Amino acid sequence: MRSGTVFFPEVASTMAARVDQLYLFLVGLTAFFTILIFTMFVVFMVKYRRREPNSIGARIHGGMILEVTWSVIPLLIVLGLFVWSAQIFFAFARPPAETLNVYAVGKQWMWKFQHMDGQREINELHVPVGRSVKMIMTSEDVLHDLFFPAFRVKADVIPGRYTHMWFEATKAGTYPLYCAEYCGTKHSGMIGQVVVMEPDDYQAWLTAGAQEGSLASAGEKLFQDLACNTCHRPDAQGRGPVLHNIYGKTVALQSGENVVVDEAYIRESILRPAAKVSAGFQPTMPSFQGLVSEEGVMELIEYVKSLQGPTANQAVRPTTSGPAPNENTPSQAPPTRN
Amino acid sequence: MPTNTYLNAATTLKSWLLTRDHKRIALMYIAGITFFFGIGGFFAALIRLELVTPAGDLLTDETYNKVFTMHGVMMVFFVLIPLIPASLGNFLLPLMLGTKDVAFPKLNLLSFYVYLFGSLFTLYAIVAGGLDTGWTFYTPFSTVASTSAVVPAALGIFINGFSSILTGLNFMVTIHKMRAPGLTWFRLPLFVWALYATSLIQVLGTPVVAITIVLVAAERIFGFGLFNPAVGGDPVLFQHLFWFYSHPAVYIMILPAMGVVSEVIAGMARKQIFGYSFVAFSSLGIAIVGFLVWGHHMFVAGQSIYSALVFSVLTFIVAIPSAVKVFNWTATMYKGSISWQTPMIYVAGFIGLFAIGGLTGLFLAAMGLDIHVTDTYFIVAHFHYVMVGGAIMGYMAGIHYWWPKITGRMYNEFLGKVSAAIVFIGFNLTFFPQFIAGYAGMPRRYHAYADAYQVWNVLSSAGASILAVGFTMPLLYLAWSLKNGEIAGDNPWGAVGLEWNTTSPPPTENFHTQPIVTWDAYEYPTPVEGHVV
Ligand code: HEC
Ligand SMILES: [Cu+2]
Ligand SMILES: [Cu+2]
Repeated sequence: MRSGTVFFPEVASTMAARVDQLYLFLVGLTAFFTILIFTMFVVFMVKYRRREPNSIGARIHGGMILEVTWSVIPLLIVLGLFVWSAQIFFAFARPPAETLNVYAVGKQWMWKFQHMDGQREINELHVPVGRSVKMIMTSEDVLHDLFFPAFRVKADVIPGRYTHMWFEATKAGTYPLYCAEYCGTKHSGMIGQVVVMEPDDYQAWLTAGAQEGSLASAGEKLFQDLACNTCHRPDAQGRGPVLHNIYGKTVALQSGENVVVDEAYIRESILRPAAKVSAGFQPTMPSFQGLVSEEGVMELIEYVKSLQGPTANQAVRPTTSGPAPNENTPSQAPPTRN
Repeated sequence: MPTNTYLNAATTLKSWLLTRDHKRIALMYIAGITFFFGIGGFFAALIRLELVTPAGDLLTDETYNKVFTMHGVMMVFFVLIPLIPASLGNFLLPLMLGTKDVAFPKLNLLSFYVYLFGSLFTLYAIVAGGLDTGWTFYTPFSTVASTSAVVPAALGIFINGFSSILTGLNFMVTIHKMRAPGLTWFRLPLFVWALYATSLIQVLGTPVVAITIVLVAAERIFGFGLFNPAVGGDPVLFQHLFWFYSHPAVYIMILPAMGVVSEVIAGMARKQIFGYSFVAFSSLGIAIVGFLVWGHHMFVAGQSIYSALVFSVLTFIVAIPSAVKVFNWTATMYKGSISWQTPMIYVAGFIGLFAIGGLTGLFLAAMGLDIHVTDTYFIVAHFHYVMVGGAIMGYMAGIHYWWPKITGRMYNEFLGKVSAAIVFIGFNLTFFPQFIAGYAGMPRRYHAYADAYQVWNVLSSAGASILAVGFTMPLLYLAWSLKNGEIAGDNPWGAVGLEWNTTSPPPTENFHTQPIVTWDAYEYPTPVEGHVV
């Protein structure tokens, strides 16, 4: 495993060098001001040391010009730093439009990863060089935090919701991954490695591990096993809305609000359907909390996302109250591909 | 030695335990804080011993987690928060205001017993049942997963919080109502301004953490589910409530230390503090803006990017008043008459360490960089530079500076300087490597770690043993001086300030005649006796 030098982790993502630059600048700034102040302090201590027991200091009360100078200059410096660091933060917060999505589930004390093509890994994650990878993460129990030092990125993994992060690896190799949020007894054992592969190797790895079928196909099976399909039918004859083409669209809720259908919304619809009820439907969908694992939910989400293309009765979606959910959205492309 | 002092006024045990004298209460706090500092230090030693090797071989995972939790709980709640206000603050505030006591002496005694009861309760809880949540009690680990003694430990901290609130209240009323004739706000020593700002935070902030702790306990006992996502609760809500207090709590720790530094620099350089009103108002500025930055602890906890932006810019801005203070202190040194006695050496150490502590805060305010360094050893290093390098160094400076006033005797000057130097060196060796280990990716609260970080951990543990010597020395020579130290006299430093205008140690009523103030703070030269009318 490559863990970089003793001073820096490996530089293995598109963001790593940008973060290091800001870091080095701040190291320089800290060294400059610390040395400046400390030296001045000590020089004054020496230069103005008390020579006679009864001497007193000069009568100086202050000076407006100095006060303004040493307030305004630091203020400008920190505002500059703010802009610089915010730019990096925005880059971290906004994944590119095209990403390779990987699901992660943290639980005491292991990491479980699921790839779109169905590969499952524990404490090890394979990703290709040169593709933006987006992690969609949740936890089965307490807080965790997935940390890739070589990519200079981490994000908390929180039960009950999805958090995201993305990175683009630039250098093939094996790097450590850690849990960075204290999570109990074996927190420091909740570690693993991320294997960054050249695209060809990655493709080979994908094919070798694809016996189980894709996430979406696993989701389709679950969809039937859990009898979702009794209510959600493509012909709009079920008690629930048609799920075809909803991903990425805006749907109207009974409360009058609109929500964009993303992973988080689908997850909530499955686990706490009463929280957001689609307009025109009765809140009859049962909660599947406890009946389906976080991984199962992820499979179902991928299945719902895969329901693209025309269905027999797409237009029949009831629009009794509120605007037609599918019409008030200019066909919004799903932000991610799979 | 003066014949009539607060120490010999009555000598029975009862006269101590039921005293309403702020000076005796201060001494009892000092004893309590020192005791808990010893315990916290013992746990720190275990941590550093464990981390000498990458494998988790000395302690079990569970024990290690309990050890770092106890270290944090002891040091934060029972050492750092009361550290200066309850000890030096209690002792000095009435003296500096030229009054007999604080506004509510009985309440002051109550504060002490609440502190003692709360802290011993928590100590008992975690010795008996252990606590493995970290001092931050993050949910849902603390509410649904941990099997340790969360409720009793939290209860002790809850109780202890009232001590902090009562002290803050007492001090605020005292500063408003008990100033000597002529002692206007802008004649107050800067330590008093710092205590005022601190009290403000204690009174406004502590109730929030108290209620948060109650919610955690209620959640564990009754399963309310407020923080439990399984029933629709929000675990991150806890972090908002917790840091709403716990970030300002950082200023409860550092502001009084800054006040001490102002006093020591003025006294040791025999000079007016440069830019008095800037230093005074920067304390208030820090106290107020400090309430608006808590979200910087949650940059990776999935908060919206817009709230992150606001918290980031405010965090950058709250650095400015601290910088202003440091610049003003340095300017005060210019053309001073600077004594090189121990308090000054500790203050020099404070300046160096606090500069690093403060400036590394900018790394964490910088969102894009915080993503990488948060929850690593970089954070651990940063806050130790502020808490130990800042608050504890300030406390050490203050204890040496006012020791002659408190006890009437001088400590050993040579040993004092040596201890200050040892603490400075040991501290840097302990915590500087942790910055590097953190940036290299070592997460905090790790019982076992990757081999690559070992070099830094070995250095850190070596530094910790030096630090232990540095902190043990004052304990010994200060204790020794109680009986054997040279008689100090009323004003050994030749400093101005009302506390130097009375005997050392002061009489129970502080002043034999009511002081009337006709001069500004730190007005040199003035014959020492000439002050009291
Ligand atoms: C008893 C019938 C029923 C079953 C079984 C059922 N649903 Fe639903 N579902 C509904 C109804 C009715 C709604 C609309 C009201 C609401 O939002 O709660 C809905 C809404 C949804 C939505 C939100 C769609 C939108 O347009 O807002 C999703 C996603 C969904 N269900 C997925 C599932 C999945 C996955 C399963 C199986 C695990 C499932 N449902 C099982 C009845 C059902
Ligand atoms: Cu963890
Ligand atoms: Cu903070």
